[in-house]
Amino acid sequence: MSNPVPHESSPDGFYDVAIIGAGVVGCAVARRFALAGARVVLIEKGTDILSGASKANSAILHTGFDAPPDSLELELVRKGREEYLSIHRELGLSLVRTGALVCAWSAGEHESLHGIEQQAHANGVQAVRPLSAAQARALVPALSSRLVAALEVEGEHVIDPWSAPLAYVTQAMALGATVLRATELLHGTFDGTWTLQTSTGTLRAGAVINCAGLYGDRVDRCLELPERFEIRPRKGQFVVLDKAAFRHVPRIILPVPTAITKGIVICPTAFGNVLIGPTAEEQPDRTRASLETDTLEALLQRGAELLPILRTMPVSATYAGLRPATEQKAYRVYSAPAQRAITLGGIRSTGLSAALGLAAHALHLYERFGTPLTPPPGIPDIRVPNLTETEERDWQRADHGEIICHCERVTRREIEAALASPLPPGDPGGFKRRTRAGMGRCQGFYCGARVAEMTQGCFSNPPPAATGSQGDTP
Amino acid sequence: MTTADVIIIGGGPSGVAAGLTLRKQGVPRVVLLEREAELGGATRHCAHSPFGMREFGRVYFGAAYGRRLARAAHKAGLDIRTGHAVTAVQPHGVVQVVSAQGLQTLQARRILVMTGARERSRAARLLPGDRPQGVITTGTLQASLAFHGLRPFRRPVILGTELVSFSALLTCLTHGIRPVAMIETAPAPLARWPLRLFPRLMGIPLLCGVEVSDILGTPNVNEVTVRKGGATRALACDGLLLTGRFTPESALFLQSDIGVEPATSGPAIDQYGRTHDPLIFAGGNILRAIETGGWAFREGRAVGAAVADDLRQSPETAPPVPVTFDAPLRLVVPSLLRRSTRPQRAFPSFQLRFDRAARGVLRLTLDGEEVWRKRGAWRPERRVLVPLPPQATQAEHVHFHFDERS
Ligand SMILES: Cc1cc2nc3c(=O)[nH]c(=O)nc-3n(C[C@H](O)[C@H](O)[C@H](O)COP(=O)(O)OP(=O)(O)OC[C@H]3O[C@@H](n4cnc5c(N)ncnc54)[C@H](O)[C@@H]3O)c2cc1C
Ligand SMILES: Cc1cc2nc3c(=O)[nH]c(=O)nc-3n(C[C@H](O)[C@H](O)[C@H](O)COP(=O)(O)OP(=O)(O)OC[C@H]3O[C@@H](n4cnc5c(N)ncnc54)[C@H](O)[C@@H]3O)c2cc1C
Repeated sequence: MSNPVPHESSPDGFYDVAIIGAGVVGCAVARRFALAGARVVLIEKGTDILSGASKANSAILHTGFDAPPDSLELELVRKGREEYLSIHRELGLSLVRTGALVCAWSAGEHESLHGIEQQAHANGVQAVRPLSAAQARALVPALSSRLVAALEVEGEHVIDPWSAPLAYVTQAMALGATVLRATELLHGTFDGTWTLQTSTGTLRAGAVINCAGLYGDRVDRCLELPERFEIRPRKGQFVVLDKAAFRHVPRIILPVPTAITKGIVICPTAFGNVLIGPTAEEQPDRTRASLETDTLEALLQRGAELLPILRTMPVSATYAGLRPATEQKAYRVYSAPAQRAITLGGIRSTGLSAALGLAAHALHLYERFGTPLTPPPGIPDIRVPNLTETEERDWQRADHGEIICHCERVTRREIEAALASPLPPGDPGGFKRRTRAGMGRCQGFYCGARVAEMTQGCFSNPPPAATGSQGDTP
Repeated sequence: MTTADVIIIGGGPSGVAAGLTLRKQGVPRVVLLEREAELGGATRHCAHSPFGMREFGRVYFGAAYGRRLARAAHKAGLDIRTGHAVTAVQPHGVVQVVSAQGLQTLQARRILVMTGARERSRAARLLPGDRPQGVITTGTLQASLAFHGLRPFRRPVILGTELVSFSALLTCLTHGIRPVAMIETAPAPLARWPLRLFPRLMGIPLLCGVEVSDILGTPNVNEVTVRKGGATRALACDGLLLTGRFTPESALFLQSDIGVEPATSGPAIDQYGRTHDPLIFAGGNILRAIETGGWAFREGRAVGAAVADDLRQSPETAPPVPVTFDAPLRLVVPSLLRRSTRPQRAFPSFQLRFDRAARGVLRLTLDGEEVWRKRGAWRPERRVLVPLPPQATQAEHVHFHFDERS
């Protein structure tokens, strides 16, 4: 399905850049290039944006305090975070300044805290301070008495991981970018300009930017670029606890990280829940992010060990995501000036934070291709609706019509606005990410039927028999 | 600044019944807050079962029952406010309300919370697998069919064999939905004979002692894998219908200082239906999921009468004594007793449930002294009623013992 909203496509069917993949990185890149004046097309094979890694993460805006020193990742996480902090208000994006506590649960872990503190300083993150167990428990009284010590990292924040990329891509569209969903890049050839074959037709572009996440290596191959890395998906499972848990977790609770993962985090969300996760499980499959009952139970168990009160909290939701990891820890960012191609690959576990930084970096690489862009005369004002509990929500205002989803207090007006937005949801998942309807504690028991009715005919993949209960009875 | 004598939250059978009783007993200002557009609660979308036999002397179906409740409520002079969702219950009888008009703070001399129960979601059951569309509960299925004429699937697997599971099966069959199997984790179906014969009569395989080991498909379900012992079996289907495993809709308590009982996931109440906060009462399915609509109605009436009586006196100050119990008992309602001689008790009996089938002697002791005993074979899905002796409210220790004998 192509974008249902008409937009100004370039007159000669030619784009300055074609961006492959509308994850958070692709959306941010689209915005940056549109702001720079490029004619942009964003191609996404899923029925909606955020069909890959970006639909399921921990939603932390990282500082980079524990990133590899002197890495591109560190630089771009820091830049991305800075830009987010400077634009979030004007785009209507929330920021929950929770801060994090890196918690040591043994003498050995306590010893590592000092090294983490040193590294944070070396990484340019100054607002860190060691805390005794008593000091940490004064900040988060629910922490188990087994706590040995902690390190506070003030700048770790929590954001809405879906509204942010939606805002980026909406701004790009307001500047004329074209978004093609349900469109898969199949093959590309370069003869001075790119000819891109997609599942819905052929496009021509002056440059390509591969932001294909879990398929980054395959898209490089489609573009006949050298094989430089291989995606090794790493699954992360989560449980989401009831909103009643929120007041017990005012900070992000981090473990002392190991070489392979940041470990199990207990994290408040911008929507007023608490997450426990993610796991880090290597798997060959790029398509399935399936849940395992034993793992979910172990996560709950872990949460209850660290914050005993969480044992009494009901589970609202469960989910899993796949990190686009590679055989190396580093980001796999490459520029091929001769082919006018840029690859932003292997954006494994910090892409939400680094996306705006990656976008600026990509523009910088593009500028070296020697095709100057002319910035547009003005920047259109766009704001995405607030879905977080830290800012005023629609249900708190009069005349919202009625509340449809009571658990998440989603109003009829909000649902109608999402369905009529410049980039309306392309599938039920995208609908939930734009409205939160059905994402609360009852998971649609009360509102599921009503929501199905309100969204009837809106998605390209309807449920198997959503066409009414009359008619062809078997 | 009180706005009412009593505010009732929830317009299902229990809330309406409480309101009718309060009005009948002469309480002038009774406000009923219901977040949906209509009264009736969970009975509204159940199009087939006999509701209303005892309450109104005839059988009503689904939405008609809700309308009958609404008529009775209007006639009785209840101040009914539909489209009003309560977002918080607070001390001193204060409730926060949201409606299309905006936010409102209301206060009453007593609050009754009667918000019912819902089926546990796929997440709350920690089910494994992918997360496709088409994994829904009976409540959602029945509402989809009854209110919107939408059929979410054609060939689902039904998970569960409780009473409601058979209601779900019947709903499927009357709407041209042909379940491919009914599956149950327990070794035998939970609902009683003769209901458990029903799937076989309809030619639908009933698989017991199996667990869901995988759910596959994007965007829709195309397979559910079940495991029994070491063996797995794939069931090709286009949906998974989650039935039963009810849990109280007790968010208002969970998010307040009153909290919920681990055993029931609902609020703890005493013999009058009173919670830890002496101004706040509760009744109906929020206490312990789940009973029938008729039971919820009668319980609502009883709690309503206790509240009417309570209004004639000053708020109760006696501290509550907890009622404790041995495994394999799962819950006891009421789980608190207050040392009070007010005669208008809402709960003449304790309601007990077992966690699993067990044989043995169930005993009630007050301060160590046995006052009731019964030997039997106890089943997990049955309600057990034990008379609540008047002297129990004077005891310091109230305990249900279970001595298992095979
Ligand atoms: C469990 C977990 C927790 C995380 N926590 C955090 C966190 O707290 N903070 C943080 O900053 N980061 C976090 N991350 C990392 C972050 O989510 C990722 O780095 C980020 O989502 C990667 O985005 P992307 O755009 O590169 O990839 P993706 O989101 O995968 O986007 C790629 C897109 O390309 C599309 N595509 C692929 N092939 C084609 C094709 N041939 N044609 C067209 N389209 C195609 C895909 O459908 C997909 O939508 C976490 C990740 C996971 C999995
Ligand atoms: C799928 C299903 C099938 C059933 N089948 C049968 C059957 O066949 N036979 C039978 O006898 N019983 C059946 N029942 C049970 C019967 O419906 C219940 O016993 C009965 O409805 C319980 O009454 P209640 O008043 O306790 O709660 P409910 O009927 O659940 O009513 C609670 C009300 O409170 C409202 N509410 C909740 N929270 C708030 C809030 N914060 N603010 C304002 N209002 C709020 C809700 O909207 C709802 O209207 C079924 C139940 C379900 C869910």
